[in-house]
Amino acid sequence: MTDSHAGYVLGLADDALISAQRMGWWISRAPQLEEDVALANIGLDQLGQARTLLAHAGALEGDGRSEDDLAYLRDERDFRNVKLVERPQTDFAVTMARLLVFATWQAELYAALAGSTDATLAGVAGKAVKEVAYHVDHARQWVLRLGDGTDESHRRMQAAVDAEWPFVEELFRPVDPALVAAGVAADPTVLRAAVLRRVGQVLDEATLSVPDVAPAVAGGRDGLHTEHLGFLLAEMQHLTRSHPEASW
Amino acid sequence: MRDWPLWEVFVRSRRGLSHVHVGSLHAPDAEMALRNARDLYTRRQEGVSLWVVPAAEIVASSPDEADAFFDPAADKIYRHPTFYDVPEGVEHL
Repeated sequence: MTDSHAGYVLGLADDALISAQRMGWWISRAPQLEEDVALANIGLDQLGQARTLLAHAGALEGDGRSEDDLAYLRDERDFRNVKLVERPQTDFAVTMARLLVFATWQAELYAALAGSTDATLAGVAGKAVKEVAYHVDHARQWVLRLGDGTDESHRRMQAAVDAEWPFVEELFRPVDPALVAAGVAADPTVLRAAVLRRVGQVLDEATLSVPDVAPAVAGGRDGLHTEHLGFLLAEMQHLTRSHPEASW
Repeated sequence: MRDWPLWEVFVRSRRGLSHVHVGSLHAPDAEMALRNARDLYTRRQEGVSLWVVPAAEIVASSPDEADAFFDPAADKIYRHPTFYDVPEGVEHL
């Protein structure tokens, strides 16, 4: 069970890490300076969660790998994040649609994990609950304004939701039942109902519709990613790999 | 988005103190202004309460009026409590 325990934590860590990297992409590119700072704040919250989770995954794994080793020295196939977070953001609306889903999922996940029998996981989750509550709120505010805004903002917001929706289902992929039974992991089926209900409410309020689309092929948790993750990692890892042990 | 209005931001640093003006920001509406204020002005634990006010709603004194408004107070030293001697034996003043 130790392997699946470490793997479970690593998956959650990678979700937060890759999402943080995507959020950081907005720095200097956001539509307003105010939004620039807001997205950077959200990314840094996620990075903080990722760091603690990566360190914990390394400890559970028992091979002496640090959070930096895991973040910077793994290759694409060794990452365990869902595909939802790794894809490029072609529009601000895409980032907001994705953040609404991802942060709502994290909110339900961390609320459940705050009572985990894994004390470290419970500690991270307990702290992160307040952070992600704000992320959900931020995404909700924008989805409401863009969805129920002008014709163009509505069209682009709906297009963004449509583009993200096939990747939602992977968040609820089953985890090792032994981990759920032991009180370590959260039950994905319970999370699924709560997340879809909450996201559906926001979309409805924003005059957007829930897409009726088939889920994309999963595989992120097994290291099978889209072609985009490699480029993201190249940018994220290149400094550390070019200058090992560098510090400043 | 260039026409987002300007908002003035006031932060109460802790309970018991008053809200103090800290700066301004742009936001499309009041709700977003409050959130932007949270992100821009309280990210280092600067406050426990926020006000945002549409900058256009603030009526300000004009620098042109400064002479008439403020200078006459300069020689009214009797408006300061320190102008008065406290009589001996007066307690609780």
